[in-house]
Amino acid sequence: MTTTTKPAAPVAAAPARRPGPASLALRQGRLEIRQFLRSRESVVFTLGFPIIMVLIFASIFDGDLGNGVSYTQYFITGMIATGLMTVSFQNLGIWIPIERDRGVLKRYRGTPMPKWVWFAGKVIMVLVIGVVMTALLLAVSVALFDLNLPSTASAWLTFGWVSALGITACTLCGIAISSLARTARSGSAVVTPIALVLQFISGVFFVFTNLPSWMQQVAALFPLKWMCQGLRAVFLPDSFGANEPGGSFELTRVALVLGAWCVIGLVLCLTTFRWTTRRDG
Amino acid sequence: MSDDVAIHVRGLRKAYGDTVAVAGLDLDVHRGEVFALLGPNGAGKTTTVEILEGYRHRDAGEVRVLGADPTEASPHWRARVGIVLQGTGEFDELTVAEVLHHFAGFYPDADDPDKVIARVGLAGKARARTHTLSGGQKRRLDVALGIIGRPELLFLDEPTTGFDPEARREFWDLIRDLSAAGTTIVLTTHYLDEAEALADRVGVIAGGRLVEVAPPNSLGDRQEALATVSWRTPEGTLESAQSATPTALVTELAARFGGEVPGLTVTRPTLEDVYLRMIGHQ
Repeated sequence: MTTTTKPAAPVAAAPARRPGPASLALRQGRLEIRQFLRSRESVVFTLGFPIIMVLIFASIFDGDLGNGVSYTQYFITGMIATGLMTVSFQNLGIWIPIERDRGVLKRYRGTPMPKWVWFAGKVIMVLVIGVVMTALLLAVSVALFDLNLPSTASAWLTFGWVSALGITACTLCGIAISSLARTARSGSAVVTPIALVLQFISGVFFVFTNLPSWMQQVAALFPLKWMCQGLRAVFLPDSFGANEPGGSFELTRVALVLGAWCVIGLVLCLTTFRWTTRRDG
Repeated sequence: MSDDVAIHVRGLRKAYGDTVAVAGLDLDVHRGEVFALLGPNGAGKTTTVEILEGYRHRDAGEVRVLGADPTEASPHWRARVGIVLQGTGEFDELTVAEVLHHFAGFYPDADDPDKVIARVGLAGKARARTHTLSGGQKRRLDVALGIIGRPELLFLDEPTTGFDPEARREFWDLIRDLSAAGTTIVLTTHYLDEAEALADRVGVIAGGRLVEVAPPNSLGDRQEALATVSWRTPEGTLESAQSATPTALVTELAARFGGEVPGLTVTRPTLEDVYLRMIGHQ
């Protein structure tokens, strides 16, 4: 066989301009945040709702819980937990079905974008909006209702990990539950009642230990109760731990339950997530 | 399978419950070709194309698209395939330019987004939010997203639905440009003139099967079909005759009338006649 000179291989085309994985994820996150901020409903509902609730609650209950601890100090924990759940669980549970119905997800699937990038974009969006919302809540409460911010590094650390674990669990559950909605409009019908019931039974609107004990036990199966409890450890004096159902703030159990919900949420996401609607194969 | 083959399908089947959408379809599309899948609604066009795009799983059959099974689509394979879906996925809150720039980032060798926007005729709308676009403009955005990655193979599912006649002509020019640059194109349509204007070969699909594959001008043996010659008699009535040799007949008529034949027309079956006959047979 004679050796033939192959035509010179075309000079490697312009070096791949595609960004690396980290930058792909950041671009996706930026796009998600931009879409969120431009959608008036999301901004008003997701960011505005917890703040309006704080304004209402702090204005109605301006007394104190004893030992000079104000009601605001107690309710802010529920409001932050609710806010974190709103930006993750409700936000995703409502918007993903809309995007799926519109065919946005299908469109992404037709590109070389690695699947995880889309999820990373949602997570980045949720984290950024969650931090902004928490900061706004704290700022409003400090400015108008004399909220005392945590004063020790360890309290801030607890604040950080409880929030991070809680928002992760709610994000994963929000992505998972998005596959239950059959149409764009049913997302909020699926998610809103769940969120509302959890808020009532988890001690967001009432002092948790004043609730009937069966209700407390039901609430203890879900993440919101533990997020509230973890945040109470941050914003209330240590002595208040004795008032909790378990006789202390039980931070280890908070971590375990929230961690378990992260695992459950992740498994549900991996097994049930749909890129297309049912009628769409 | 040679390198010349972009798509190779044998015995493709897909059913939804009791409804059979694709019933044993065979298809070959060559590289560089413009192939039109023509068929009435419900014939199985979209199901077939979405299986080739890797969106749907088949029940049976062999499918190779650019040498790979689309159900195992890798990002590398996705980068070589452009898709314009029938249903559009909109990004209401973003502008045309933002969407195009974002999607360009997914491809290793993307085209210049601004150039692509101009190419599909959306230059004046680059800064408009996508929800302000008209139906036809949204379709152009879909096409722009389909070609932003410089695909080797481009799928277009009923791309010109909602276009006005001028926009369709512009779109056809775009497809011809892409084809001239070597892109393999598979489009589904129920517009016969579109298939005739663009396609190197047309596959007529009916009842989940390919009934015939041929260049548009010879579909259904159109070239060999009898021509219909009609003219007006001196009494003013319309007369017509089927003929395999229409030229001879016209010459004879010219002699009979001593020159011009009043009301003379010579026609062969249109693509539409042939097509309606084909899908009517099913």
